Amino acid sequence: MCRLFALTSTEPVSPMVAINALNVMKEGHDGSGVGLYLSGLSGPFAEHPEYPILSGIFTEKGLKRLDGIMDDLGFRPFHSVSIIKSSPPVGTPKRGVYLARAYEPPKAWADLPEAERTAQLVQARVAIRQQGEAERDMMAFSFWPGVVMIKEVGDPLTVGEYLGLDRPDLHARRILCQGRQNTNYAINLYACHPFFIEGVCTMTNGENTAFIPIREYLSSRNVPGYMGYQSDSEVFTHIMHFTHYKLGLPVEAYKHVITPLSDAEMAGHPDRDMLARLKVLCRKMIIDGPNCVIGCLPDGTMFMAQDRKKLRPGVVGGKPGMYAFSSELCGLDAAIPDRDKTLDFQPMHLDTAYVRPECQEVTICSQLQALPRQR
Amino acid sequence: MQPTAGITPSTLSVKDLPWQVEWNKDTCTLCGRCTSVCPVSAIELAVHRKRVVETTTGLLQKPKNAYSVFHGIRQRTDAAYACIGCAMCTMVCPNNAIRPMRLDEGTTLRFHNNRGGHARTRGGRRNAPDSLLDQIKFIRISMLTDPALDAGRHEFELRTLLGRVLPPEQGLKAFQENGWVPAVREIYPLVIGSMSFGALSPNMWEGLQMGVAYLNEELGMPVRMCTGEGGCPPRLLRSRFLKYVILQIASGYFGWDEILHAIPQMKEDPCAIEIKYGQGAKPGDGGLLMWHKVNKLIASIRGVPPGVSLPSPPTHQTQYSIEESVAKMIQSMSMAWGFRVPVYPKISATTTSRAVLNNLVRNPYAAGLAIDGEDGGTGAAYNVSMNHMGHPIASNIRDCYHDLVQQGCQNEIPLIAGGGIGKNGNLAHNAAALIMLGASMVQVGKYVMQAGAGCVGSEIDRCNICNLGRCPKGITSQDPRVYRRLDPEKVAERVVDFYLAFDTELRKIFAPLGRSTSLPVGMSDALGIANRDAADRLGIQYVV
Repeated sequence: MCRLFALTSTEPVSPMVAINALNVMKEGHDGSGVGLYLSGLSGPFAEHPEYPILSGIFTEKGLKRLDGIMDDLGFRPFHSVSIIKSSPPVGTPKRGVYLARAYEPPKAWADLPEAERTAQLVQARVAIRQQGEAERDMMAFSFWPGVVMIKEVGDPLTVGEYLGLDRPDLHARRILCQGRQNTNYAINLYACHPFFIEGVCTMTNGENTAFIPIREYLSSRNVPGYMGYQSDSEVFTHIMHFTHYKLGLPVEAYKHVITPLSDAEMAGHPDRDMLARLKVLCRKMIIDGPNCVIGCLPDGTMFMAQDRKKLRPGVVGGKPGMYAFSSELCGLDAAIPDRDKTLDFQPMHLDTAYVRPECQEVTICSQLQALPRQR
Repeated sequence: MQPTAGITPSTLSVKDLPWQVEWNKDTCTLCGRCTSVCPVSAIELAVHRKRVVETTTGLLQKPKNAYSVFHGIRQRTDAAYACIGCAMCTMVCPNNAIRPMRLDEGTTLRFHNNRGGHARTRGGRRNAPDSLLDQIKFIRISMLTDPALDAGRHEFELRTLLGRVLPPEQGLKAFQENGWVPAVREIYPLVIGSMSFGALSPNMWEGLQMGVAYLNEELGMPVRMCTGEGGCPPRLLRSRFLKYVILQIASGYFGWDEILHAIPQMKEDPCAIEIKYGQGAKPGDGGLLMWHKVNKLIASIRGVPPGVSLPSPPTHQTQYSIEESVAKMIQSMSMAWGFRVPVYPKISATTTSRAVLNNLVRNPYAAGLAIDGEDGGTGAAYNVSMNHMGHPIASNIRDCYHDLVQQGCQNEIPLIAGGGIGKNGNLAHNAAALIMLGASMVQVGKYVMQAGAGCVGSEIDRCNICNLGRCPKGITSQDPRVYRRLDPEKVAERVVDFYLAFDTELRKIFAPLGRSTSLPVGMSDALGIANRDAADRLGIQYVV
């Protein structure tokens, strides 16, 4: 089972804090991969938070091709973090440049409607990924304002140190980090969590037994970013994206999509009619676990939700200014030792726990509660 | 045979018949029950003459003949009275002195069952024991990477949706704006398929209805039953139990005068309306209720004179195109119930199923598509239609599901699979396999008769006289002397029994696959088969 750790803080934090937390949960992952999502960045990236940042791995040739592609799109490089390493640790292949590059968009960009801008960003990322897959020279994990993603095969701590992730310009307020237990699928960087699309990022542990029908359903939605699926967990990200963007529902509704209430539980619910309708409409996206999902929304809200049977561990805790979501308590202890442990919370089968970007408290939302009023 | 009797081309011996009656003189009590119960008069009481040559020792006396007679039964060899293997004789015999035995080389009868130029008609099934569905295995077992679920203790939602489900965005918008949405019923995925009042005896129908009511009201299982084309008893139409019934309309429109007139008095809407365009057992052929079975009761429910054969035309006569047949008819039926009832067509599996489906996808009022495969059963059909016409269900459902996936409409227009599910007794396995190939639910008929009422039909041409009204178990007979053998209460009990067993078996399949909170429609990664061609065709794994 993979181990997950996520951190949300009012002040930027080194990604190594999260990686160290993963390291204390080492018994639970086999070091077959690590993935990082960083947002709320500090340093030069924060100067222009509206500039999209492209994250990925490129060979020398790929980098040249990338420059051509971005040039054609009218994006000009603004700031880059390029990590070039020549002697990788055992188990990690030698790659080219680990790149996170912010781009200044073309002038006409500002006049476009937001939906158009986001669509173009997704299309550009997908195009780079697809062209890169053909030539095996480019991998693109995200292309979005204020977001950097890093993925690599190997033990998280070793990889973190190898890549020197402690650098100040990668310090971030919101970090999602996964240590991979490679089970069903060949080691493929695109299979490393977390997964990202249009500001929505999630990571999951466990198997998704309903993967194939859900993949078929999402793939047929005609949404450009609903592709890949090297991991059965990628569908969780896309379902959250679908819930957020296509259905316009809040984070509290996510669990109603993936793990709807039983009819008996729904009977006395204040939103019974709406939830019954949602259960029928979104039946194709019901998951059966065992899964713990941790994710982050475009507004910086970080959340954790469990499957219907609560078959995976997961805990949230912290103190005002910094909260963390972790697979295991020891991870939380490593990252925020000075918190009030009596307030730690392990979300159960009906709960969604979330922390708003202000990082002042953990909100627990049970599926039995009323949904927030829709604006 | 008497030595003076002529041998005609159709003169048969017992050896020429597929079923041979073995009778034991020593244990027979000559009670006569076997001959009176035989539905086809294949055996008759007989006086057998016997000669014994008595020889004494020595040469003084010549050998002499001793003549005696003994009484017993004789099997008739006239093709019209050939034994059908139902074994009712064995069932009633107090001493087990008689039984029919199958003789595989007894094939001569096949060439002589067309006397008077009439091709053989019968009820039953295709009589092909092999089943591709039976070969499918469930190979994705949750174990260590993810814990297997507990079939006995975890909660299971083994229900499916019948009705048109809108895309989520559209459906939610309609909810927010109080807009119309198509009716959707949440039902149990095993539906009792269309067997008409008329094809079935009143006792059988009553038993099924009682079983269905019990499952719904006492056990909370939303089981539904389709009427078939034969109308619906007026009292049921006006009762609250109508909500458990899917009313079928077919090309003969039998009973629909009564149904339409009852609409204002209905306390509940029916579960759904099934428009039958085809049947898997006899694709391209209409329904048929032989005159033997059209008694007063049947005639009044169907709105026809008694004692006449009731052939439904192969197609709906007033309609000439798919637009007419499907779109307008669905519209009309929806309108009759104020668009509150799902309306879906039923067709025989065919290479043109996908064309029908694609048409339905574009029709917002189409609530699903029922596809009946070649292994479906029937109360009456020509032998040739039953044996050789039709398309297997597995690949037809799979193709249709793939088409829906291509169009992003999977599960929005449910596919209902029928035809040969549980033909060898593997009901839950066959149903689960079809669900994972893409069906949202399955319909069964023959299994219900076999498990619910003890139908003795099997896949080796046993019995198969549903068309004659002489069903030895009283399942498909309209003769009270025969159908009183069937106790409706006992049928209801059996229906409940097999539904509960099915439910347990379905859990025992889904739980190890890690599925419990929704029906695994299209979960093809769980399926495997040791037949490379079938695996390729169905898009599932080839495993050996």
